[in-house]
Amino acid sequence: MLEIDGIHSFYGKAHILNDMSFSVARGEVVALLGRNGAGKTTTMKSIMQLVRPRSGSVSFAGTDITGLPAHKVARLGLGYVPEERRIFTDLTILENLEVGRQSPRAQTPSWTIEALFELFPNLEERRNNRGKALSGGEQQMLTIARTLMGNPSLLLLDEPSEGIAPVIVEQMAKTILKFKADGLTVVISEQNLHFAKMVADRAVIIEGGAKKFDGTFQDLEEDPQVRDAYLSI
Amino acid sequence: MGLFVAQLLTGLANAAALFLVASGLSLIFGVTRIVNFAHGSLYMLGAYVGLTLMNTLPGAFGFWGSIVLAGLVVGLIGILIEICVLRPIYRAPELFQLVATFGVILVIQDLALMIWGAEDRLGPRAPGLKSVVRILGEPVPQYDLALIAITPFILFALWWFITRTRIGILVRAATQDREMVGALGVNQSWLFTGVFFLGAALAGLGGAIQLPKGGADLLMDLNIISAVFVVVVIGGMGSIPGAFIASVLISVLNVFGVAYIPQSTLVLIYVVMAVVLTVRPYGLLGREEKAGEHGQVGEVERPIRPVGTRGRAFVFVLLVVLACVPFVGSSFLQVLITDILIFCLFAASLQFILSSGGLVSFGHAVFFGGGAYAAALLVTYADTPMELALLCAPLGAGLLALGIGWFCIRLSGVYFAMLTLAFSQLVWSLVYQWGAVTGGDDGLVNIWPSAWLSGTTAYYYFTLAVGVGGILVLRHIIHSPFGYTLRATRDSARQAEATGIDVKRVQWLAFALAGTMAGLAGGLFVFSKGSIFPNELEIGKSFDALIVVFLGGVKTLSGGVVGAVFMESIKDWLTRLEYWRLILGLVIIGVVIIAPDGIVGSLRKLGERIGLLKEQESMR
Repeated sequence: MLEIDGIHSFYGKAHILNDMSFSVARGEVVALLGRNGAGKTTTMKSIMQLVRPRSGSVSFAGTDITGLPAHKVARLGLGYVPEERRIFTDLTILENLEVGRQSPRAQTPSWTIEALFELFPNLEERRNNRGKALSGGEQQMLTIARTLMGNPSLLLLDEPSEGIAPVIVEQMAKTILKFKADGLTVVISEQNLHFAKMVADRAVIIEGGAKKFDGTFQDLEEDPQVRDAYLSI
Repeated sequence: MGLFVAQLLTGLANAAALFLVASGLSLIFGVTRIVNFAHGSLYMLGAYVGLTLMNTLPGAFGFWGSIVLAGLVVGLIGILIEICVLRPIYRAPELFQLVATFGVILVIQDLALMIWGAEDRLGPRAPGLKSVVRILGEPVPQYDLALIAITPFILFALWWFITRTRIGILVRAATQDREMVGALGVNQSWLFTGVFFLGAALAGLGGAIQLPKGGADLLMDLNIISAVFVVVVIGGMGSIPGAFIASVLISVLNVFGVAYIPQSTLVLIYVVMAVVLTVRPYGLLGREEKAGEHGQVGEVERPIRPVGTRGRAFVFVLLVVLACVPFVGSSFLQVLITDILIFCLFAASLQFILSSGGLVSFGHAVFFGGGAYAAALLVTYADTPMELALLCAPLGAGLLALGIGWFCIRLSGVYFAMLTLAFSQLVWSLVYQWGAVTGGDDGLVNIWPSAWLSGTTAYYYFTLAVGVGGILVLRHIIHSPFGYTLRATRDSARQAEATGIDVKRVQWLAFALAGTMAGLAGGLFVFSKGSIFPNELEIGKSFDALIVVFLGGVKTLSGGVVGAVFMESIKDWLTRLEYWRLILGLVIIGVVIIAPDGIVGSLRKLGERIGLLKEQESMR
């Protein structure tokens, strides 16, 4: 469903992604693992075309999306949940959700505001509150809900567990498993191996802007060298 | 009492057009982060288009229909401007955007001149609203009452649009984070174009709706823009209710000012603004602005280095040539070069604060004029000898810059620019309206140099020495530790602060230094001309300097000087053409879009390409 093929991405002259390739099948949950600065966020942004790869290609559901403007990528059904959350703090929760709204897509779970409130009950209680009045966990829920309003067929979740209370992290894991059960494809970037193991089918380890490992968590367990080299702090 | 009420009503009626224009400007700024200097021009176009339509369409229906149509037509013109001029430069630093919209002003001025001619036009009166109503015995035009009734509806309609419609929600979201709105599947380009249409249409509507009160003329663009800036700055950039409150405040203040203190109306308005901003730096309803949102255009900033041997040799040869001019050239040429040298020093002082300090000052002429007036006042009232008066020019301007800087430095980016503009307008209005001391529009005359400098050639050498000396001092400071510190505050204010640099203090001192040097140029100017008039500290003069620095190359050290030489040399020839503004405007827009490096930057690149200059090892 998603093919990343040999992309190189830069910030100015800084070479961030160096020949990054991996693919994601429909219905799969893939975790991008790696340390801070390994290139996880840049990979996400390069898929979304918020950072345009200088070479290589990204294709999604059979369409080459390399170089497309981000809004067109989003309109094809890629939903992006940024690490910094970036909710619109001056808008109410309902208005934030409205910004994300797109029409339903074929063969894709579609969402209504009611369904999202059922998933995240906290948001319903505060639906007329402005974004700046929300806690970190609520903000994270709002970002995910906002992206789901676009009825994506693939969800890019950038470090959803970061800076959130442990109770909510567990709730988040359940939510992601529910997405998977609904048939949503998910790419999640994580530093928290425990969390990733809970939700993902497969791990892609990134270091220095390149892929170092691609396989199941079981494979990873059996290869402690890889784990220690790229994941331990 | 009756008079009081009547004046209050006039003020409220005047607020209508001002609010329309200001809300359009605010809306556009909120989403695109561009301060559209050409907004006054759109207002002017609205008036002219409305007038033409009213002359063709009959009756009350024609009158009101013309106003609405004028809004639509100007909105479409706004789309054209957005697509052709602004789209290519959304990611550019704000100075580029401001200069580009200034180019648009020039283009529209000449187009309006071509189409409607130079004569002032009177607006038709509104059918059915031609007479006056007596309120408490005082006559109040019916049309004024109609305007007072209409304005709240417009405010309400805008408020409804912004808060209740999907597009309004997207507009507000984009105000905060454009990229995220795009990542959620919204085509920002069309959102921007849509907002520009609406903002321009509001300005056009404002121009057409004031026709029965004010008519149409070619000066109305610049006349309204400074008032609009005051309104949006007081109300808070991006806030529509803020624009409404401030429009009413300013219009009412203006009417009462004219009635009770006619000699200081303008001053009063700017004083109110200064007070509001001192208490609330982001305006009555404005939000605090996050600094450093603006990207770079093109390549990464190059490290600045002292000139090499070849460069020094070139400057030396140039100076020798200049020193020889009096032996071969006419006295006309000497006067011309004197003018150019003075302008070079002025431009170099702006370039200093702008390029090295990263502070876009929009009112730099106030220090040039301030220095000139300081010297002229001393000569006129205290018979100060020329030498002492000339020394006081930079001192006076420096003190003025310390004062103005104290207010302005607290803000950054666009707010800083608008505030410097507003303060320079304050000083200008003071000079213009305080005729008893400054001579007002008649200026101060008979300010001549001492006997030993009275000859053209003597003054030429004097200007050469002082002007070049001043420019060298500025360059030297850029390469001194203070210059390094200043550039550190420009590149990353936070990092600089964490290193232990008192950012605001450094910027303040740099601002004062730039003002001092501009004042020195002003001092040289007044003694070379023998007179000084308020137009030397007008907006136009500040813009001249900005354009010169810009054409020369913002990211270079010598851009200001080179641009000044270029501009002053062609000005004489250019202004002889009938539509020179159009040409200049198009050149400016072209430079912004095609060659943002300016003359010096482009030449340097060309030199590197053909191998004349060694390519600099640029940083990562």
